[in-house]
Amino acid sequence: MEISDSSCRILAGLLEARTGQQLTMSRRWRLETALSGILRERAISSIDELITILVMGREPSLATRVVEALLNNETYFFRDRLPFDLLTQQALPALAQRRAKTRRIRVWSAGCSTGQEAYSLAMLFAEQPQKWAGWTIDILGTDVSASVIDRARAGAYTQFEVQRGLGIQQMIKWFEESAEGWRAVEALRRTVRFQVHNLLEPPPHPGEFDIVLCRNVLLYLNETTRAKAFDRLAAALAPDGWLMLGAGETVIGQTNRLEADREKRGLYRHAGATGDLLKTA
Amino acid sequence: MKTCLIVDDSKVIRKVARHILETLDFTVEEAGDGREALERCEDKMPDVVLLDWNMPVMSGMEFLKLLRQRGHGDQPKVVFCTTENDMAHIRAALEAGADEYVMKPFDRETLHIKLQLVGVA
Repeated sequence: MEISDSSCRILAGLLEARTGQQLTMSRRWRLETALSGILRERAISSIDELITILVMGREPSLATRVVEALLNNETYFFRDRLPFDLLTQQALPALAQRRAKTRRIRVWSAGCSTGQEAYSLAMLFAEQPQKWAGWTIDILGTDVSASVIDRARAGAYTQFEVQRGLGIQQMIKWFEESAEGWRAVEALRRTVRFQVHNLLEPPPHPGEFDIVLCRNVLLYLNETTRAKAFDRLAAALAPDGWLMLGAGETVIGQTNRLEADREKRGLYRHAGATGDLLKTA
Repeated sequence: MKTCLIVDDSKVIRKVARHILETLDFTVEEAGDGREALERCEDKMPDVVLLDWNMPVMSGMEFLKLLRQRGHGDQPKVVFCTTENDMAHIRAALEAGADEYVMKPFDRETLHIKLQLVGVA
């Protein structure tokens, strides 16, 4: 199906206005697939006809659905593994010491899509019950798309999704069969909360997150918008907190508010955070 | 290079799995049922077996039980790869000595991670 340049431009404008994200070449390539469900459901014959309906503004909810269809929601449990090893071996032991008085850790999975990253974090803590007994572990997952947040909240996954990234022992421990596929067990679901949130808005409550994961999200933003997103992420981070980005993403040349933690490769912290600051509980 | 024995009566599945495994740098052998797979293992033990459940001549479960009775310890690693996708089958497979379990359909990423989890990739 041919998609006209003007339709592409309108879709790109809509996506950027609603989310700050760009319609990258890889997304242009899959426009037809991404929008095919909406076309079929509404009996719309082409993307150009869809654009006409959007431009006429008769169906505001259709614009929301189109934007959500254009977002890349690719994710899976323990994606890339290495960041989770880094958390388990370095960040969490350090936080266990630093937060020994408050016994509270706040983690934010920003751009969490259907929730696999947030549930992976929850499993990390849940699999060390003795270590975290008596602690308040607040795990928040957010995404700009309401539909993926609904799915994340439900903790419901298809057979294909549930096994992506999970070992079988982990899968049968934390998921149960359901009518639609598999669902995170209640004990896991209650440890994670989800909300709709745009990265470009002020950070979600309660702020002061000890760990923020924002992986494979910022690459879809243009330079100016990305700088603003970094400002928001920095504002959300506790003075001694850490930010984790996706493989291939960096703060270098993007923001002067954050820097690589030289002692913990793969983690980013507030620029100029000193050893003294890092010792405070 | 690690070796993987694909045990599946479907030529199509063997072809798809072979393609994925070769991109993951495995040397691949194939068997069409459990009995043929046992013979292959006796001849040369692979590092990992990718095992279907329902096959003619000898099922994946029969193969696994016989393999584990032969005293090779936890070698080779066995990853079930099947359309039997319910909890009862999964538990039965683990109890019989399977190391991992992939539910069809799957993609390269899923299989790669499973092979990493059993320590062969």
